[in-house]
Amino acid sequence: MNLNKTLSSFSLLLFILIWHGMAFFVNDNTLPSPVIVVEVLWKEVVSGELPRHLGITLQRLIISFSIAMLLGCAIGITLGINKKLNAFFDNWLVIFLNIPALVTIILCYVWFGLIESAAILAVVINKLPNVIVTIREGAKALDKDLLEMATCYKFSKTKTFIHVIWPQLHPFVMAATRTGLALIWKIILVVELLGRSDGMGYQLHLYFQDFDVAHILAYTVAFITVIQAIELLILKPMDQQAIRWRR
Amino acid sequence: MSDILINIKHKHYDSTQHDTIENLKFSLPSNEFICLIGPSGCGKTTLLNIIAQLDNDFEGEISQDGQALHPNIGYIFQNPRLLPWRTVKENIELVLNQGQSFNCVNLLLKSMQLEESKNKYPEHLSLGMSRRVSIIRAFAINPKILLMDEPFVSLDAPTARQVRELLIKLWLQRPHTILFVTHDLREAITLADRLVFLSPSPMSVISEIKVDIARENRNSENEIEGFRQKLLQNYPEINDLL
Repeated sequence: MNLNKTLSSFSLLLFILIWHGMAFFVNDNTLPSPVIVVEVLWKEVVSGELPRHLGITLQRLIISFSIAMLLGCAIGITLGINKKLNAFFDNWLVIFLNIPALVTIILCYVWFGLIESAAILAVVINKLPNVIVTIREGAKALDKDLLEMATCYKFSKTKTFIHVIWPQLHPFVMAATRTGLALIWKIILVVELLGRSDGMGYQLHLYFQDFDVAHILAYTVAFITVIQAIELLILKPMDQQAIRWRR
Repeated sequence: MSDILINIKHKHYDSTQHDTIENLKFSLPSNEFICLIGPSGCGKTTLLNIIAQLDNDFEGEISQDGQALHPNIGYIFQNPRLLPWRTVKENIELVLNQGQSFNCVNLLLKSMQLEESKNKYPEHLSLGMSRRVSIIRAFAINPKILLMDEPFVSLDAPTARQVRELLIKLWLQRPHTILFVTHDLREAITLADRLVFLSPSPMSVISEIKVDIARENRNSENEIEGFRQKLLQNYPEINDLL
């Protein structure tokens, strides 16, 4: 365990060293050294610009993620349980899965205008099919023996859902959450870049026009930090909680 | 309470050509202990599932006083079917009726030597222990009908005897109807008021035999063995079923 920790700190250190070395070697504004990036990051944090835009992006992330997960779970479970509905909607799902993210974003802005809800909708549409497909697989594999047990012992619908169905779906929900966060992070930036005047995507767009790589990297570092924090503080504990019954 | 009538004209699965059950008819007098004996794969579990209303895809009826059956049914499945993500205690609490307290369950846990394991998760129990938990779960709801699908398989002999004695004790304390599936003729004679012998698929009743050994003499090996010998002599066809 301790060795693993040492190894992982060492690998991080090595990464920063290589970055530093390359920056030193290239000696150009297009690849600033880690020290410069940290300085810029600090300046942006203190000025309040970075927290503001990061906050706005995070808010969009939370809203669209919640909508996509709730809808996706509901639809996924329905399709997983009902074979006829699944046979009918399977084609739709394949179509939505294969529409490029950029196309959905453009269409949403064209049809609904450059407004906040269109941005959220674009993200949701991109994420939703993935959630549905993942949860559907979980719902298809529900243990029939346990469901029979629940029927026999007259569990109510809510009770069956909480105690019999949800724990079986949990690993699938976690999978959908992880892939979902990764996907939404990336899409949300494009959404902001194309049609919003605030948020991380918008800022990155501005710095791109100036070829200001130090700022772009500073924002990236802030980004990665937030994702890691979500993983460590929210997702990991949820995993631990859910697997304590396992052997 | 009047008898429950079981009358299944046809039951067949889509995957098979012929019926699994055909013209199966017998009655369950209330508070009687009935053992079902038949070759494996003949459809006994199917029958229990039909009675438990888990399988409604059949021709015929299960009725009491001409009405469909709605009693409180306890079902001990062939595999324990505990929720792996809930502790032993939670698994049992979940089936309890509203207002029922956990106290009576504590007694059951004690008599099954499971008190110390009540906060464990099923995956941390042996199969025998899980089986006992599933038995307690069925007892806990004070069922009107108790369905038991070879519940003592894979219990070691002393535990099986203990659980059998507990079952009879509970049943005498609080009479209810029991349908007990087994392959073990000796076990059936020890427990049952009546034995129902079932044919291989398509399943129907071959014969029904009353066990007239007094309850207090059921511990005697000789009585049981004597009854078994007599039974096999009088009904040689039973031999083929075992």
